[in-house]
Amino acid sequence: MNDAVSDIELQLLINAIFLKYHYDFRDYAPASLKRRMSTAMSKFGCATLSRLQDRVLHEPEVFSGLMDFLTVQVSEMFRDPIYFRSIRESVVPMLKTYPSLKVWIPGCSAGEEAYSFAILLREEGLLARTLIYATDINAHALSLAEAGVYDIDRISGFSENYLKAGGHGSLSEYYTAAYGRAVLDKSLRKHIVFSDHSLATDSVFAEVQLVSCRNVLIYFNRELQDRAVGLFSDALCRKGFLGIGAKESLRFTAHGAAFDELVRDQRIYQKRFAA
Amino acid sequence: MSTPATMMKGFPDKPVKAIVIGASAGGVEALVQLLPALPAGTDVPVLVVLHQPRDRASLLVEIFTPLCALPVREPNDKDPIDPGTIYFAPPDYHMLVDGAGNFALSADEAVNFSRPSIDVLFESAADVYGAGLMAIVLTGANHDGAAGLKAVGDAGGRTIVQQPEGAHAWLMPQSAIGKCPGAQVLGLPEIAEIFRAMGASGNDASRGAGHA
Repeated sequence: MNDAVSDIELQLLINAIFLKYHYDFRDYAPASLKRRMSTAMSKFGCATLSRLQDRVLHEPEVFSGLMDFLTVQVSEMFRDPIYFRSIRESVVPMLKTYPSLKVWIPGCSAGEEAYSFAILLREEGLLARTLIYATDINAHALSLAEAGVYDIDRISGFSENYLKAGGHGSLSEYYTAAYGRAVLDKSLRKHIVFSDHSLATDSVFAEVQLVSCRNVLIYFNRELQDRAVGLFSDALCRKGFLGIGAKESLRFTAHGAAFDELVRDQRIYQKRFAA
Repeated sequence: MSTPATMMKGFPDKPVKAIVIGASAGGVEALVQLLPALPAGTDVPVLVVLHQPRDRASLLVEIFTPLCALPVREPNDKDPIDPGTIYFAPPDYHMLVDGAGNFALSADEAVNFSRPSIDVLFESAADVYGAGLMAIVLTGANHDGAAGLKAVGDAGGRTIVQQPEGAHAWLMPQSAIGKCPGAQVLGLPEIAEIFRAMGASGNDASRGAGHA
């Protein structure tokens, strides 16, 4: 897909999706979008993006399938364990001072990060007074997240991460294994609200003490990154916390000045009092 | 749009806008022979994917900084791509180039069991730099980089592969030659020679984007 025609086709496809389905990918980072659409072309047997556009417009089920390519599905429980250890060590002590807590996980995909936070907060004695909002635009991913069921093959990686993240016990305390699947403890699920929300088109819906949004901003262009970080800043209470991905930065957003670095290496920030 | 790879040989005077390098098993040793050969006056960016363990912080910046005349960095997402700088893809992220001359990182699925993947870097760089790209596949024991090198050749860029016989692991360069038969096959000393000429060649490096 390395010519000017495919650049035109990509723009047309993204606009067609916006006009017909009202999902807005117009400010997504083009480089990775292009790559994922070229994978989708072979999956849907389309030689060009124009043919894919034809199918997307006339076959809604093709669009539903394409959503799994448009949104990124790759995650793990306790991904980047040191990040979670830093949350435990540097953020949790301050979270303990609040009588009730709200946490927002934007771009939650199939729920791995949301459940990781639920486990961490339970071990710190905070889950009982916490509500976790886990949001995504992909309905299929949200239904997987609601179910809280993961392939058993993935669990050993999750367990290893959990221990490196400073887990107090064993991850096996939080799931039941059956038929090649691990079913997460339903009592975790009670503290999580999974819901549809777009960082590109929706607005703030609650005041929260912590936003954890990791490896989501990398898929946005600078304008959309600005919008998203603006939402985080508006949603956070004074002195609230923001965690982003290891290679993401607030440097290029207009809202960088609203935050202080709390744990520099792990990209954990705190909203300024006066912001 | 695509040009047969066999037509890619008559390029020596084409101005280079960027260099991309892919390496896997034995890659550190090969890069130790190559990257220090880039002179201080090199006026193009050098983007490197080296396969490494995903779960630890990379030491590549610490290893290569004292050896190289050029600054060595691991970019963050959206960082501008500065000329005269060597960039290593961060562990566990794909490193892409966007049209505005900035880095675009991605945490998408592994490609060829690799993240970062050489194919991902090469294909996106071919898209942006076209005929101004020089791409080099070094030692490795997998197939990553072969499809990417072909994309670079198809876009009119200069393609180079380390001689498989002299490489620590021959499979990756051999696969690249298989997919991109028009590539130049060179030993490390010859590639180092090309690098040494980068500063002195008066390469005009029409580097529109990429300034901080």
